[in-house]
Amino acid sequence: MIELTEIHRDFQVGDQQVHALDDVNLTIASGDYVSIMGPSGSGKSTLLNLLGLLDRPTSGSYYLNGQDVTSLTDIEQAQVRNREIGFVFQMFHLVPRLTAAENVELPLILAGMPPDQRRVKVGNALGDLGLADRSHHKPDQLSGGQRQRVAIARATVTEPNVLLADEPTGNLDHKSGMDVVHILEQLNQRGITLIMVTHDPEMGQRARRQLRMIDGRMQSDHQNKSRIEQDDGSA
Amino acid sequence: MALHSPDIAWFSWGALRGYPTRTVLMLLAMAIGVSAVVVLTSLGEGARVYVIDRFASLGTNLVIVFPGRSETAGINPTTMMGETPRDLTLDDSLALTRSYKVRRIAPINVGAAEVSFSGRSRDVVVIGTNHQMLAIRHWDLSQGKFLPAIDLDRASPVAVIGSKIRDELFGAEFALGEWLRIGDRRFRVIGVMGSKGRSIGVDVEETVMIPIASAQQIFNTSSVFRILVEAKTREGIEPVKQFIIDTLRQRHQGKEDVTVITQDAVLETFDRILGALTFAVGGIAAISLAVAGILIMNVMLVAVSQRTAEIGLLKALGASPRQIILLILAEAMLLSVLGAIAGFLLGQLGSWSIRYAFPELPAYAPVWAIVVALAVAVVTGLVFSLMPARRAARLDPVLALSGR
Repeated sequence: MIELTEIHRDFQVGDQQVHALDDVNLTIASGDYVSIMGPSGSGKSTLLNLLGLLDRPTSGSYYLNGQDVTSLTDIEQAQVRNREIGFVFQMFHLVPRLTAAENVELPLILAGMPPDQRRVKVGNALGDLGLADRSHHKPDQLSGGQRQRVAIARATVTEPNVLLADEPTGNLDHKSGMDVVHILEQLNQRGITLIMVTHDPEMGQRARRQLRMIDGRMQSDHQNKSRIEQDDGSA
Repeated sequence: MALHSPDIAWFSWGALRGYPTRTVLMLLAMAIGVSAVVVLTSLGEGARVYVIDRFASLGTNLVIVFPGRSETAGINPTTMMGETPRDLTLDDSLALTRSYKVRRIAPINVGAAEVSFSGRSRDVVVIGTNHQMLAIRHWDLSQGKFLPAIDLDRASPVAVIGSKIRDELFGAEFALGEWLRIGDRRFRVIGVMGSKGRSIGVDVEETVMIPIASAQQIFNTSSVFRILVEAKTREGIEPVKQFIIDTLRQRHQGKEDVTVITQDAVLETFDRILGALTFAVGGIAAISLAVAGILIMNVMLVAVSQRTAEIGLLKALGASPRQIILLILAEAMLLSVLGAIAGFLLGQLGSWSIRYAFPELPAYAPVWAIVVALAVAVVTGLVFSLMPARRAARLDPVLALSGR
């Protein structure tokens, strides 16, 4: 459960005050599938970063699962990020010198989990995404689609409640992009809250709930029931 | 959330291996700094030990007496009256044995004389002394006996020769028992000195020693050049010095006209000078360590900006600022520790080479220098990477991840 109330986020660019987020109110239920669309500079990435605790609002309150997370210290926020939130980026952001398995292991290392438990979790996460035979490959030995799957495995290995995806298909060809979206949707069906920022209307319209932003404001909030029924029917 | 130390080490090691050129250059800078300290201090320490050893071979607990006051220079009433300091005599020497704190004494006369044997001759430093000289100076004999224990004022035609003199005058022939000529007198060879005892001022390999009374006859003098007095203990040195001054003042009509120096004073001075030199040289070398530290800071700053995305990612994955600092510091620590170890080995190799090239120079780096070099290396590595680490921790993950 995500609750944003009267969120403002201002940036100082030169002597100009830029309102990246202007009075955003938003409630997202656990297990929902939300897409955020809008032109460049509309504040959708800022919103995502804020949801992911990578950024703090200038004013307003943010409750995550009933906890006020804006008042947490850096260290506490880092813990929440580690346990409850998974990130998937457009640029994958895999550490190039580490193997697929080691990349997936990173959040568990940061959580201070003992090595034998880590190995099991990493094996399961990679296996779920069909990457068991790629676990000892470095990122540069993997295709784009495989890299994004490694990134998804890394985002989900800590079993977070919320998965934040920033243009997850932006750097992929259509087929691999569809693969990645299907994987994300499967994860959503297993209960994870999926929030996806995208430019691509085709991707955005797949979501159960579609948000559209312009100039830091929420322009539309659209529930797409038919789409879900279709999806369920075909699945 | 606590990182496990093996994980920190693994991650830092991976980061270092990920940028091999940078890592090797850093290690080199650190290693050169540490090895410079090790090599230079080992050189200084070697020189110090070498000089001290030379002085120590003069004898232990030694007090040296020679005529004249060295302190009073320039014009004073004595010079106006044309009075010259009184010579030391054999009786003076004898008088100095009358203290229970004195173990032995050896009066010395030194002069050059022509020494010849069956047509071969050469000029040699001739030392007139007594039987105690061998023990006082820690010399050793290779053949025969040293000078006999006879009264100081008794001449005796016996000589102990240095090994080099033996080689030059006798060649392969047996020297013991042969008669050789010193000046216009004949002496029988009763002993040959060993090679040990190359000490400051005298090279026993190239001297001939005869009883002091005989030397006084050859050099036509009744005075004594020096008196070596050995105190029984180290603590006895000062009382013995006072005893010598008092005794000789009495014997010289109340005039204090001798100079008494203790070997300790000389040793201490050299020890201090050379110790300070080692310290200074080590300090200069430590500057190169500080430079290596600044280099570490630069490289870690570059590393942080090079890996902005990686640090942003770690933050997104839930790394706290403290964890980021820890990881960057660990990386710098690993660099400086490895560099310090490499430098230590390199430095030991360097001082070993010096010892190999100059066997008489005991070039061992002092322990304090090694400890200080390693400590300075690690501490500079740590201190100079604090700033880059904090910069990394403050990095805005949003900007870092967007690659801007």
